[in-house]
Amino acid sequence: MNNNYAIKVTNLTKRYRQLVAVDDISFEVNKGEFFGFLGPNGAGKTTTIRMLTGIIGKSSGEARVMGYPAGSIEAKQLSGVVPEQSNVYMDLTAWRNLMLTAELYRLPPSEAKARADNLLKQLGLFERKDSKAREYSMGMRKRLLLAVALISDPEIVFLDEPTSGLDVQSTRFIRGLLRDFRKEGKTFFLTTHNMSEAAEICDRVAIINRGKLVALDTPENLRITSGKVSLIDISFDKPVSVEALEEISGVIRVESSQAIDRAERMKEMAATGGMGPGRTGAGMRGPGMAGRQGMGIPQAEPAEAGEKKPPSNRFRLHTEDTGEVITVLVDFSRANSLKMNVLNVNPPSLEDAFVMLTGEAKREK
Amino acid sequence: MKNRILDQIIRSIAIVKKDVVIYYSKGPVVLMGVLWPAIMFISFAFGRGMAIENLMPGLIGVSVFFACSAIAPVAFPWETAQRTLERLVSAPVAIWTILFGDMLASALVGIIISIAPILIAIGFGVTFTSPLMLVFAIIVGSICFATMALLLSVAPVSGPQYTQMLSTLIKFPMMFISGVFIPLANLPAPARAISFISPLTYFTDIARYATGHGSYLPLYVDFLAIITFTFVFWVIAVKLHNRTLPLRV
Repeated sequence: MNNNYAIKVTNLTKRYRQLVAVDDISFEVNKGEFFGFLGPNGAGKTTTIRMLTGIIGKSSGEARVMGYPAGSIEAKQLSGVVPEQSNVYMDLTAWRNLMLTAELYRLPPSEAKARADNLLKQLGLFERKDSKAREYSMGMRKRLLLAVALISDPEIVFLDEPTSGLDVQSTRFIRGLLRDFRKEGKTFFLTTHNMSEAAEICDRVAIINRGKLVALDTPENLRITSGKVSLIDISFDKPVSVEALEEISGVIRVESSQAIDRAERMKEMAATGGMGPGRTGAGMRGPGMAGRQGMGIPQAEPAEAGEKKPPSNRFRLHTEDTGEVITVLVDFSRANSLKMNVLNVNPPSLEDAFVMLTGEAKREK
Repeated sequence: MKNRILDQIIRSIAIVKKDVVIYYSKGPVVLMGVLWPAIMFISFAFGRGMAIENLMPGLIGVSVFFACSAIAPVAFPWETAQRTLERLVSAPVAIWTILFGDMLASALVGIIISIAPILIAIGFGVTFTSPLMLVFAIIVGSICFATMALLLSVAPVSGPQYTQMLSTLIKFPMMFISGVFIPLANLPAPARAISFISPLTYFTDIARYATGHGSYLPLYVDFLAIITFTFVFWVIAVKLHNRTLPLRV
C-alpha cells in the first residue's frame, strides 16, 4: 500500500439483506488531506464512515486506515471519531469524559491531562470542565465530542456531520476550529450536508448517491466540470414578456420570478433528499439566488403548451454563452427603453454540482 | 498475543471506572444493594421464623447474585439508548474488552455488597468456620454471576426495560431452584436435579460449608462447576454480543 494514503477503500460494499447501502466504492484519502464525503440523506455516507471506524463490519471489499484494516485496534488507535448519532456520557463531567477516552486509548495520565487542558481551553469549555455533560448546551456537547475525538492526538479524524443541528454561531465556531486543527497536519474525513462547509474546508470531496460514488475531485474542479451552463439573474423596471427574452440568441431557457421560486423549492428538495425545508444549512443559498437548472436537475413546472406566460420584472436566464447574452440584453434594454435594476451572473457552485450529480442519478433511477 | 490481551484488559479498567461512576455509585443502586439483603433477612428470619444459621448462606448467595446481575443486563441497552455505545465501539477496544469491563464492574459490586449480609450474619452470631473459602467463593461466584448477567443483555434492544423484564424472569426463579433457603440435602430428588443447572446452587453450597454446616457436594465440584459456568457464559456472551452489537449501533 502507498504510505501516503491515510485511507484506501477498494470495492467496499455494505448490504443489509436486499438493500445495498454502499455499493462497490473505491477511493483514497491522502495523509494530511481534508476530505469531504457528501451525499443526500440515505446515500451511504454514515454507513461508509461507520465501516471505516469499525463501528459496523463490511459485506465485501477492503478498507484500510493508516495502513491497517479499518476497524482493527491499530486503526482505531490512530483515529479520532465524532459520530453523528453518538453522545458523550451525560453523567460524567467534561473532564471525566476526556479522561475516560484517554484511558481507553492508553494515554499516559500526564499527557492526557495536558491535552485535556489545552483542548478544553481551545474549545472554550475549560471554565465548565467540572460540569456534567447533561448541563451543556447542544453546541457545547458537540465541542466536547470534538475534544473527545482529539484527546488521543489522532493522526486521522472522522467527523460525521459535526455541525448538524447546530445554530449559526456554533457552526461557525466549530468550522473555525476545524480550520485551525487542519493546520496541525492531521487527516480529516468529513461527512456533511453543508456544501459551503465542504467547499470552504475540504481539499477534495467525494459525492455518494444511492450507495455509489458519483464524483471525486476538488470542490473547484467539481464546480467547473459541472459548469457549462451559467445563470443570469436580471430584473427590469418594467414587466417584460418571457417570449421576448426566449428569442435572444444563446439563451437556453428563461424562468420568470414565479418559476424561479418554484424551481428553488424543488431544487432544495432534490438536494436534501428528504431533508425537508429549513435544513438547507448556513451555506446554502436562499430563493432568488442562482441555482442550476436544465442539467438533469428537477425543472420548474413548464407552462402548458400554447399557454401565454405572464409578463414579469424578474427573470433567470440559462446560457452557455454568458458574454454574448449580456451584450444582447444591454441592446434589448436600450431598444425597449428598459432599465436594468439587477444583473447577476452566477457561476455554478459546489451545491449546484452536488444537485446536478445527485439529481441526475435520481432521474436515471 | 499475550501482550495484546493484557493491553485490552488494561483498557477495560477504564470501562470499570466508567460503570462504577455512572451506574453503581447512584444512591438508589447502593441503597438497593444494602436494603435487599436486609429485607430478605427480615422476611425470612422474622416473617417465616427460619433459623438464622440456615438462612445466612442462602442470603449471602442471593445478595451477591442480585448485586452482580442488577446493572450488567441494562448497561448495553442503556448505552444504546443514550447513544454512547457507538463512542465506546469506535475506541480502540474489542467487544470482549467492553464486556470484560462491564463484567468486572458488576463482580466488584457483588463482592462489595456481600459485606452487608456477612455483617448481618456476624451481628446475629453466625460464625464462619472457613472464612477464606467464603471469600474465595464470593470472588469466583461474583465473576460467574456477572458473566451470566452479560448474557441477559444480548438481545439488541434499545431500551433497558426489555432486558430488565427478561432478567427478572430468569433471576427470581433461579432463587427458588438453587437450594437457597432449603439445603440441597433436604430438597426432593427432582428439585435437586433441577438445582444443578443453576450456578447459584454451587455458591450457596460453599457458603453453607463456610458457616460450618457442611456442603452437599465436594467443594472442588462446587468450584469447578462455578468456573465451568463462568467459562461457558463468557464464551457464549462474547459470541452473541459480537453478533448483536452491530445491530445496536
